[in-house]
Amino acid sequence: MKDLNVKQLNILAAQIRLETLKVIHSRGFGHVGGSVDLAEMLAVLYGAAMRFDPKDPRWPDRDWLVLSKGHAGPAAYATFGLMGYYPLEQAYTLNHPHTRFPSHTDRLLTPGVDLTTGSLGQGASSAMGAALGNKLDGRDSRVYLVVGDGEADEGQVWEAFHFAAAHKLDNVVVFLDMNGYQLDGPTAEILDHGDLPGKVAAFGLYTQQVDGHDVAAIYHALEAALAHKGSPSCIVLNTCKGKGATFAESSHAHSSQPNEEQWAEALQAAEQALEAARQA
Amino acid sequence: MNIKLIAKHEKDARASRDAIVTTLEELMDADPSVCYVDCDLMGCLNTKGLWKKHPDRAIQAGIAEANAAGVCAGLAATGKNVFFHSFGTFSSRRCYDQIYMSAAYAGLTVHVLGSDAGVTAAFNGGTHMPLEDAGMYLSIPQTTVIDACDYDQLYSVMHSLAHTQGVSYTRFVRKDVIQVYAPGSQFEIGKGVVLHESGEDACAVICSGIMVDEALKAYESLQAQGITIRVIDMFTWKPLDEALVRKAAAETGCVVTAENHNVTCGLGAAVASCLAKDHPVPQEFVGVQDRFGQVGPQSFLMDEYGLRAADIEAAVKRAIARKS
Repeated sequence: MKDLNVKQLNILAAQIRLETLKVIHSRGFGHVGGSVDLAEMLAVLYGAAMRFDPKDPRWPDRDWLVLSKGHAGPAAYATFGLMGYYPLEQAYTLNHPHTRFPSHTDRLLTPGVDLTTGSLGQGASSAMGAALGNKLDGRDSRVYLVVGDGEADEGQVWEAFHFAAAHKLDNVVVFLDMNGYQLDGPTAEILDHGDLPGKVAAFGLYTQQVDGHDVAAIYHALEAALAHKGSPSCIVLNTCKGKGATFAESSHAHSSQPNEEQWAEALQAAEQALEAARQA
Repeated sequence: MNIKLIAKHEKDARASRDAIVTTLEELMDADPSVCYVDCDLMGCLNTKGLWKKHPDRAIQAGIAEANAAGVCAGLAATGKNVFFHSFGTFSSRRCYDQIYMSAAYAGLTVHVLGSDAGVTAAFNGGTHMPLEDAGMYLSIPQTTVIDACDYDQLYSVMHSLAHTQGVSYTRFVRKDVIQVYAPGSQFEIGKGVVLHESGEDACAVICSGIMVDEALKAYESLQAQGITIRVIDMFTWKPLDEALVRKAAAETGCVVTAENHNVTCGLGAAVASCLAKDHPVPQEFVGVQDRFGQVGPQSFLMDEYGLRAADIEAAVKRAIARKS
């Protein structure tokens, strides 16, 4: 990992959040809440941890990102654009006909997307397959898997964790985005998970829990996860669904269709947050 | 294609599953990218030796088919050539969305193997009897779907699949199959095999899997009654050999399809869909008539579901009678 530079990572997170909003604004509506809440995690991964080459997205020695919560696609598109995979303006075609930037991440369409996701739970398994494939090839590539807490309703997530622990896939780091909400409301009211981090740990993953909007905390947890051998790791991110999107932060909505006035307010607030990060 | 017909209606001493085991071993020995994933059924496929020989690439995923299918897709994304086995019921129904999205939609190649095709699930009963498995795979865009009839066909098809892109599904019988073809026979995926053909054919029987031997018996019986039929082993259900189907319909004027599968969504439906487009002829459907499976010996089940040579014969006569 690169040395920790909190200011730089906070600036990158603010850029990712602002660009995520711009990407979704290009269509006018979309999965804002579960996209913007990943900005700090993506900043730490792409700003300090991951090995990648924007000129060669399928570089065999790259680290992999698998957004099993595929509806967070816009956050990935913003990040990849900022990293130079393509001019960001290209992503301002979200969900338009023939776009390369669909609502859910698609490995055939978007440079930087390693596996196709959307039907929840599936990215967890395919990420483990990719991790196993890299191990078979003797590569030290890491697979970073992002799973939502609502998504953890899917039994397949737990089958994948079981598989990863049994096959000792210590080249996998799972980020569990615990934002507490899913489409119909709070996860605790839909199908209460109880002690979700405890369950992950019980499946044999080396599990830590941090403030998902604190880049330093994520960085240090990731350092510990990467140093851990013999089993997969999980970093539970306590996040706020809709973080930094003025129209979504209080409602924690899964999908948002703000009016232009609300968009203007949100984009302005995100610009100001970026400026504040630069001045900090 | 280079095939030699045996057709003595005799059981093969070899278990047809061993065609898969042998092929997998040959492929894995020769190519380090070949992986094989199973769901706690290596004992049934007879691949425990392979597991011992290649413990890294013969991968146990346990009794969790949905995850296993996703793992296969992830392996494929790292450049692995992946074969995935479970009973046909479980390698279709229990992992359909995973194969659909994580593999097929994602443009990845995974070769799915479904054992105990149709009524050959016999003593495992209705819960384990795949009568819609191939139909499910027919419904996924750009797949290859195979219903193999014997050891040598499986052996040849497996080697071809190793060079085929996209998701494929191969249903097969594990053991106790009638030997139809001689060792060394070679098949081309997507090309039907014409087993009997003459200028006098009054009907074309298009069949696959365990129905091939039944169709050959029906041919002999009808021949004795003065009725000559064409017999086509359509082991590739998709991509369907449409040219051969159209030619058979045009030259014989009626068609009987015979499948160890639900007729609503299998070979018969695919043939009907092909012919309805530009060469409609009378067609009769031998197969499971939209029923669930049940437990019992295979011979009982073949009688129960009308999967016998006599059923094909009767269907041929009905089809001929419908010709205007």
